[in-house]
Amino acid sequence: MMPRYTRLSGLEPLVITPGLLFVNVGERTNVTGSAQFRKLIKEERYEEAVDVARQQVASGAQIIDVNMDEGLIDSEAAMTRFLNLIAAEPDIARVPVMVDSSKWSVIEAGLRCLQGKGIVNSISMKEGEELFLEHARKVQQYGAAVVVMAFDEQGQADTCERKVEICARAFELLTTRLDFPPEDIIFDPNIFAIATGIEEHNNYAVDFIEATRELKRRFPDSHVSGGVSNVSFSFRGNNVVREAIHSVFLYHAIRAGMDMGIVNAGALMIYDDLPEELRERVEDVVLNRRADATERLLEIADNYKAKKGEAVAENLAWRDKPVRERLSHALVHGIDQYVVEDTETARLESARPLDVIEGPLMDGMNVVGDLFGAGKMFLPQVVKSARVMKKAVAHLIPFIEEEKARTGDAGKSNGKIVMATVKGDVHDIGKNIVGVVLRCNNFDVIDLGVMVPTQKILETAIAENADIIGLSGLITPSLEEMSQVAREMQRQNFTIPLMIGGATTSRAHTALKIEPHYKSPTVWVKDASRAVGVAQSLVSKELVDNFIAKVKADYAEVRERHRNRSGGKPLVPLDKARAQRFTTDWAGYEPPQPKQPGITVFDDYDLAELRGYIDWSPFFNAWELAGHFPAILTDEIVGKQATELYKDAQAMLDQLITEKWLTARGVIGFWPAASTGDDVVVPLDGGKTVTLHHLRQQVDKPTDRPDFCLSDFIAPKPANKQDWIGGFAVTAGIGIDEHVARFEAAHDDYSAILLKALADRLAEAFAERMHERVRREFWGYAPDESLDNASLIDEKYRGIRPAPGYPACPDHTEKGTLFQLLDATRHTGIELTDSFAMFPTAAVSGWYFSHPDSQYFVVGRLTREQVDDYAKRKGWTREEAERWLAPNLDYDPD
Amino acid sequence: MSTLPWLHPERVALLEKGLRERILVIDGGMGTMLQGHQLDETAFRGERFADGHDSTHAHDHPGGCDLKGNNDLLTLTTPDIIRGVHEAYLEAGADLIETNTFNSTRISQADYHLEHLAYELNREGARLARAACDAFEAKTPDKPRFVIGVLGPTSRTASLSPDVNDPGFRNVTFEELVTNYTESAAGLIDGGADLLMVETIFDTLNAKAALFAISELFRERGARLPVMISGTITDRSGRTLSGQTAEAFYYSVQHARPISVGLNCALGAADLRPHVQVLANTATCFVSTHPNAGLPNAFGEYDETPEQMAAVIGGFARDGLLNMVGGCCGTTPAHIKAIAEAVRDVAPRTLPAQAKEAA
Repeated sequence: MMPRYTRLSGLEPLVITPGLLFVNVGERTNVTGSAQFRKLIKEERYEEAVDVARQQVASGAQIIDVNMDEGLIDSEAAMTRFLNLIAAEPDIARVPVMVDSSKWSVIEAGLRCLQGKGIVNSISMKEGEELFLEHARKVQQYGAAVVVMAFDEQGQADTCERKVEICARAFELLTTRLDFPPEDIIFDPNIFAIATGIEEHNNYAVDFIEATRELKRRFPDSHVSGGVSNVSFSFRGNNVVREAIHSVFLYHAIRAGMDMGIVNAGALMIYDDLPEELRERVEDVVLNRRADATERLLEIADNYKAKKGEAVAENLAWRDKPVRERLSHALVHGIDQYVVEDTETARLESARPLDVIEGPLMDGMNVVGDLFGAGKMFLPQVVKSARVMKKAVAHLIPFIEEEKARTGDAGKSNGKIVMATVKGDVHDIGKNIVGVVLRCNNFDVIDLGVMVPTQKILETAIAENADIIGLSGLITPSLEEMSQVAREMQRQNFTIPLMIGGATTSRAHTALKIEPHYKSPTVWVKDASRAVGVAQSLVSKELVDNFIAKVKADYAEVRERHRNRSGGKPLVPLDKARAQRFTTDWAGYEPPQPKQPGITVFDDYDLAELRGYIDWSPFFNAWELAGHFPAILTDEIVGKQATELYKDAQAMLDQLITEKWLTARGVIGFWPAASTGDDVVVPLDGGKTVTLHHLRQQVDKPTDRPDFCLSDFIAPKPANKQDWIGGFAVTAGIGIDEHVARFEAAHDDYSAILLKALADRLAEAFAERMHERVRREFWGYAPDESLDNASLIDEKYRGIRPAPGYPACPDHTEKGTLFQLLDATRHTGIELTDSFAMFPTAAVSGWYFSHPDSQYFVVGRLTREQVDDYAKRKGWTREEAERWLAPNLDYDPD
Repeated sequence: MSTLPWLHPERVALLEKGLRERILVIDGGMGTMLQGHQLDETAFRGERFADGHDSTHAHDHPGGCDLKGNNDLLTLTTPDIIRGVHEAYLEAGADLIETNTFNSTRISQADYHLEHLAYELNREGARLARAACDAFEAKTPDKPRFVIGVLGPTSRTASLSPDVNDPGFRNVTFEELVTNYTESAAGLIDGGADLLMVETIFDTLNAKAALFAISELFRERGARLPVMISGTITDRSGRTLSGQTAEAFYYSVQHARPISVGLNCALGAADLRPHVQVLANTATCFVSTHPNAGLPNAFGEYDETPEQMAAVIGGFARDGLLNMVGGCCGTTPAHIKAIAEAVRDVAPRTLPAQAKEAA
């Protein structure tokens, strides 16, 4: 007998059996319910919007609700775009989608993107039976289940009786007139806000619960669902009370038969965990048990808004538990205060010191790993946990060594990984985070640091008998370097897996440019949260074959698609692009003359002044917390972690400024300049000149939109106008090494990474502040400009400061010319590596352009014609040009 | 749409009777058989397309196109060869014959600038198969032969991006696919097909567009044909190209109330087994499969012999997984004959009863 279960699908099936009890529908990908998601969609920040969906699924949503109903959004287009994007993410697309809109056209647009069987939310008899049936028939033809809202020609049902009457009539129509399967019908009998102060609203929750009971009795194969957060709407701003109301409401509604609901899957509280007093008063409100229920809940609501007292009480409580639990608590909550004494107590109670690591400490770290994997803990917490772990282990090591000396026995690890930032690159924040996370998961990590030559990586791997090699890099030349490492591994007959990571790496680059050179497993790792899963799959005998087969198939498909790509428009020839350059009325333009031409050096810039110029959003992104500052601090998913991290960052900033851990140094300069073609020529004293080389877009654009090159923003020679170009190099990283070393010696990776991230932010702030002063004082073309930090971050000023190696001027080697002009290494202490990365890493350099129409753009792909032309101008061979411009080539070099 | 009457109720009654009694046999590969004829460009063009384009149709591009490889065009240019293939399979024991219309959609024919032929290719493809089946049925009236009107996947995918840099990009929309499939399905119905089969489904969204088109067409005509649905597990990952498991795939197309759901192509029978098993366990309709003759070797050829393939399929049948079985790439009348013999005396899979039928 085949039971009549609702059978939905994404990439994987979801069969709603009675055993599931309650199906969570994730609510955060809904522009009407989440301000954060609305903002992302409005600003077309789809990548982050996709991450919201990922977060929902990771925190347990079995279906995701997608709603784009907002006046200022093209809802059909947004629905299509978003569903198409998540279709490409297997960890999201595995669950079914609930297409949510009050507009039929939007629902239809959504249904046309779903290969799986999803749910339509919703249709109703609001505009009569015929339209209702027509929509239902379409839903059936598209292959979806349907939510029927208790809404008819008279309006939305608010009483139990009306809810049941409307739903029953809809059921009748659907099953008799259309042969709609009863299991594909989901009733939404309307959850309305309670405790609003209006008496008629007091019974709304009870009406819903009682209607649910009756509907499930009459239509047992169908389901009852609803948008749960509506019920607590009147307690906006008090999330504790809201979650308590949701929890109590769901407890009773589920018992009555509600078996699906749109909820914030990550935030649900456990009914039993609610404080007695709160639960009782919430229950009075939800069940409408007394006339003064709302007042009585309001009386105590504020006590639950600020949770400080509670946290203190908790602190004291966990210290009374047995030592095992204390260690576990310390690890999960990242508290290192008592860890040494607790570890010592545990050691004295254990037979061997190693038992403490393999027992309570690993147990605690496993909990951390699970919570992190399930999206219930975030990276900053994990790094703090690792700090606790390291301190505990550091305490035990002397005892373990002593025992090892006695017995010759050692502990076991998951596997050994040799990690390095490749030659020419000095960026390591991400790599260090990955290292910490891997160590937390009991991998033995040998971190060779930055700028590591291929041979050193390979020799270490052999000497250490490593199981995996991990490469990291941030700047684009590192991509080519990684490809070289892969070739060399193949040549030397390596067979251990290779993991690739870092900000500019990608699945596509790995599939196209790295994996084909190395026969053994080569895997791109998107971020720290994926590193453990990948490493574990690679070292596990049971998992590795399947995993690698999948990766290989995946990459082969990427290559295949790349070969067949038809999306990219063909580029235009160089002369056509040049003919379509940006021009302006040079004759009628007077270039501003710098107030302070030549070079100006800033030896020890005031860090306190720079602090106000920090752009915090990238700081949180470095910690894999998605969102924009300051909204991220109150974000429902990551807000708590972001706030904690921000507090730690502020405390460290206070200290590093008063104790002067870092020195900020910078240099700026302005030189007369004229453009010739795509170059800019700067005359020097004594009749010599320096040529700055730039690249031009070759995008096929309508004639009114130019193909840009930075040289377009400098007056051409024939215009006979005295124009200027500026340059700068600033750092906030002088002196950082000693403090990082100090933290690392204290097993405090958290602080070490925090300091590096802050130094990066200060260097960016320095560049921002310097640019502002350049506009107002040193070049002085905007003496009256007055913008706040947010406007500065949004670049609402005249002029740009593009950096060599970034999209408008992707050739890193031009940084060499910039540094010569500025004599930057002598003036600031910033050095350039072979790949033109700056060291210290907390450094920024670039050009200044003052033209009012100057703007940032992406040079993008280049034809061989332009590469040859550029090589000629630079005095390079074609091969050299192709190596430095590798990420921009529109063709496969021979 | 499941409430519409059948277009050919007597044919459906015969089909359902057959399915209750035994495992029905579908034919094998068309491409393999055509390769044997070693047809050249001239043969593909025939008279009507001698200049590389349709002499009976205004064309808006200069010169002609190479038409070699456009197997579906042979329905018009060398119908005897196509009919010959159908007859060879009927001779081998097939109960159901697939029309030569795998690429007869506007999208696929556009590669040859022949998109205007979509309807005609389907109608003529169905007529050819109809004629072959009718001739055999006349000889052995107790063994009815059915024409399956084939709707292929097209060369595009509605839920995958062809651009690695933009996962949200699509080179075909659901609506375009619906238009394509509506035209093709109309041709198949008008040519006399007994059933329609949406097959070799790489991307379930394409199939859903086909099923949507079919249901609209049935509604317009006020009658329906039985619909077969056959997906493709692309490799040993056990998923379709668009990432679904066999079970998820079935739930995605179940709304069309197909007469059968199954799997074909990409893998040999042995590798398909676990996925056919999943369908046999979950499907409330009949289950079909028409695998390849093993996996292609280094030269792109299929090595599995009729005996090897029939042995594996015989195992499927004895374990109660099958209602319909045939062959895909690399299979020949010899394979179909061996398969027909292997399943002849084995009882078909029984349909699970569904709890509390809907009103």
